[in-house]
Amino acid sequence: MKTNSPIIQMVSRFMIPFIQLYGMYVFAHGEVGPGGGFQAGVIIAASFVLLGLVYGWDYGRSQVSERVSDLLAPTGALLYGLIGLGAVFAGGAYLQYAAYTDSDPHHVHLAHHLGLIGIELGVTITVTFAMVTLYFEMSRVSDEDQDGLADNYPAHSPKAGGQDD
Amino acid sequence: MTFIDDLLLAILVILAVSAVRSRDLLAATAIAGAYSLMMALLWVVMNAMDVAFTEAAVGAGISTVLMLAAISRVGRLEKPAEKSSRPRRVMPVVASVACAAALLYGTADMPRVGDPNSPANSHPGVVKRYLDSADKPDGSLGEVGPPNVVTSVLGDYRGYDTFGETTVIFTAALCVVLLLRHGHGTGGSPARSGPGAPRTLPPVQTPALTAPIAGRRHSSGGDEA
Repeated sequence: MKTNSPIIQMVSRFMIPFIQLYGMYVFAHGEVGPGGGFQAGVIIAASFVLLGLVYGWDYGRSQVSERVSDLLAPTGALLYGLIGLGAVFAGGAYLQYAAYTDSDPHHVHLAHHLGLIGIELGVTITVTFAMVTLYFEMSRVSDEDQDGLADNYPAHSPKAGGQDD
Repeated sequence: MTFIDDLLLAILVILAVSAVRSRDLLAATAIAGAYSLMMALLWVVMNAMDVAFTEAAVGAGISTVLMLAAISRVGRLEKPAEKSSRPRRVMPVVASVACAAALLYGTADMPRVGDPNSPANSHPGVVKRYLDSADKPDGSLGEVGPPNVVTSVLGDYRGYDTFGETTVIFTAALCVVLLLRHGHGTGGSPARSGPGAPRTLPPVQTPALTAPIAGRRHSSGGDEA
């Protein structure tokens, strides 16, 4: 999928950094307002999807390569799991953040905060790159062999749907 | 408030029926996105901001795009339905009407939305700890910290469940890679897709599930394999 419209290209080029910034805001404010890792990850992934939609598959994948997304998608889940395991090695239960510190209420509070931020970061990373992977793997064929699909469905017209490459 | 509820629910039903009836999958996808948006508004009316946010971002946003990507693979128009015998056309209607009747019968016994005396809202262990005494030391604010109770429950009290959810998302991406990337090599590592490199999965051993996709890939884009 790709568009040649200069208006859409210009507007999305301008908007993508703001979308990503908003995603990071949603991640950082998950504790005080609506939001959190899942929503933030989806929003950040949407900016890469927009890149792929507007500038085509190859350009989108050049900005977030397969190697990067394959590496980071499991890294987030691993970070989450390791934070949980660390609490076990510190003498508590799995994901019991209070185990990371002594019984001072302030320290316990801080441990809860940092633990929450850590797991939310893990969720954000995994969701972002999982969604990026889902989109780019599913849309890969459409740029390569659109004419092959048209044989099966004569009425199928991807070019009428704004894909005029 | 009840008027807004009724209006949103009526729009939901209209959108759902038109999405099912549409033979144009692109239109059906757009309608499903609008359905998610209405659903998000309904969550806002019910004060479930986190759910509304997720519905708007995932339901109306990403899943619509993923559907579009899927449509670009399978074609835009649904095949015309084949003529089937009368019982085969009537049975699904009977089944769905029966399910709807059972669900409506069940909702008659449910408490009103937001009823303070409902079992969910009057249970001491849940409400007192998570919501009611949020500013007391044994409440979620004193125990965990974040003002957003949803985050406390998701990340702290129920952190294990959220870990499971994250794993599910990762597994989805992993499955899509395993199913759809076959035959393309890994774009980032030329060592494995080079001419002399051993093929990790010869076409003969292709699992049955991926055979249609992989077969089409080889016939049309075989120069990369």
